[in-house]
Amino acid sequence: MSQFKAPDFYLLDDLISDEERMIRDSVREWVDREFMPIIEEHNRAATFPMHLVPQLGELGVLGAGLEGYGCAGLSPIAYGLILQELERGDSGLRSFASVQGALCMYPIHAYGDEAQKQRWLPAMARGEAIGCFGLTEADFGSNPGGMLTRLEDAGDHYVLNGSKYWITNGCIADVAIVSAKFDGVVRLILVERGTPGYSTNTIKNKFSLRASVTSELVFEDCRVPKANLLPGVEGLKGPLSCLNQARYGIAFGAVGAAMAVYDEALRYAQNRIMFDRPIAGFQLVQNKLVWMVNEITKAQLLVWRLGNLKAAGKMHHTHVSLAKRNNCWMALECCRLARDILGANGITDEYQTMRHMCNLESVITYEGTHDIHGLIVGREITGENAIA
Amino acid sequence: MDIVVCVKRVVKTDSKIKVGADGRSIDPAGVEFVLNPYDEFALEEGLATRERLGAGTVTVVTLGDAAAEKELRTALAMGADKAVLLDAGDRQLDAHATASAVAAWLRSVPHDVVFCGKQAVDGDDSQFPGRLAALLGIPSVTEVLKLELNGNTFRAERDIEGAREVVECPTPCVISAHKGLNEPRIPNLKGIMAAKKKPLDKIAAQLGEPASEVASLELPPARPEGRILDSVNALVDALRNEAKVL
Repeated sequence: MSQFKAPDFYLLDDLISDEERMIRDSVREWVDREFMPIIEEHNRAATFPMHLVPQLGELGVLGAGLEGYGCAGLSPIAYGLILQELERGDSGLRSFASVQGALCMYPIHAYGDEAQKQRWLPAMARGEAIGCFGLTEADFGSNPGGMLTRLEDAGDHYVLNGSKYWITNGCIADVAIVSAKFDGVVRLILVERGTPGYSTNTIKNKFSLRASVTSELVFEDCRVPKANLLPGVEGLKGPLSCLNQARYGIAFGAVGAAMAVYDEALRYAQNRIMFDRPIAGFQLVQNKLVWMVNEITKAQLLVWRLGNLKAAGKMHHTHVSLAKRNNCWMALECCRLARDILGANGITDEYQTMRHMCNLESVITYEGTHDIHGLIVGREITGENAIA
Repeated sequence: MDIVVCVKRVVKTDSKIKVGADGRSIDPAGVEFVLNPYDEFALEEGLATRERLGAGTVTVVTLGDAAAEKELRTALAMGADKAVLLDAGDRQLDAHATASAVAAWLRSVPHDVVFCGKQAVDGDDSQFPGRLAALLGIPSVTEVLKLELNGNTFRAERDIEGAREVVECPTPCVISAHKGLNEPRIPNLKGIMAAKKKPLDKIAAQLGEPASEVASLELPPARPEGRILDSVNALVDALRNEAKVL
């Protein structure tokens, strides 16, 4: 495979620090060296490359935006660029890191007590413990507040009943951060693998995120120690604040996927001869490539600004919604255009474009669908709630 | 063990380069610079040697201008303990002048082994390691593919025409690294964060006169378009009478 050349049409590298650039380039090189040679194989076999998890820990990307407890404490921009590079490899790889860092380590870091932090964060940063995040249920996706999973007080422990669906990392997780209603109020609770009454099932036959584990979590009179409740948050804002961290990463990640397919399509167009000349010389092909680099450049600027808003403490969740919505859409459109440029060759996995395209159908759906994020921004600018 | 690794900031090999206005140097505008790839093998060997011994210091040194701090930081992020920039401003120096300046600095610091890349991918002249060893009056082994340290003796393997040569060499010495010696590590994020706090000393280089200078620089001529001939006879004829290679 030829070495990836990242588009930077507006010289945006000038906007980031040397350190942020080095961090991005390290992850880029790691993806080239360790991940690209094996991804198609795992995508075909529908397996997640588990052997890379300790390497992700060693590299320092897991929970990299958090401070202390063995985490790297990076700037929001550096953290975002890491996820961009991981998703340039595959959305499944980025999903793993997002779930681990933003959905599991973040809530333990933000809402956990000291014992919970000490128990989980250093091990999760090293990749020795894997987390999953149970919010969505089969019948409650865009409306998480309707969840049926219940937590009840049983004296010296809690009893958890219900199920969660579409849970990334579920079957490989050592610990699940589960959202459940306790007296009608949503709480976050840690459920360890092996807890009586807790089981997981793999969701099979996916067209999308094949190199990622997607699961169902089932809780049947599951006895959870009281010490496992995250004390620092109550209500839906707990899980939603985690999603906000994860969506921030997705906004960067989608740029990575778009950069991957643009690079592939550009290279192909420059080398593919038709009518005795490279197809890059035809106006319709150029128009598609220009559309892609145009949208990628705008998306890069969007996440750069988003990262600076986050660093300055001014980032609002609606800012994240706009970026997640735009960038997933833009990346998916880039895939469709790239596949078109690749012609018939683009339908095989000799090229990565259709893998990214199929993955992005999940990415544009999970963590708030395209339409829901539109309605979140719509509510913000009009003052009218059109979601429900 | 005091380990010194010599590195160079070079133009990335897939860059499109242009000759500068002076006709003797590369126009740096829009060109990406990196740590010389062969120096990465040298640095990895230095770091691995320190790790195998469980003790020692890896100092990375380069001759150049302030821009080369970026490559030194990369080396620090990979794990070097400290860095030294021998500041030569923007002067263009040949291998002799460079080796002289590095040798002058090395005489003032302890060094049990000096690792270098076998060549820099810009000048490509493979002169530096040998000249450095000669100026210091210590042995050198170049283009090393396998290296072991036993006490104060290195056992180095290198490819020669049709065979593998094994050389034993006492410290202090100069070892130049070939591709295949090891796999350079990727700097991890903590290493990158730690790099900015590690010492990076700037010292004025003791510059002598270069033994050679670049008179002019030209890009290779554009390759003429290929031609498809319709028979083997036509090909033989063209090779014999046009190209005159048969």
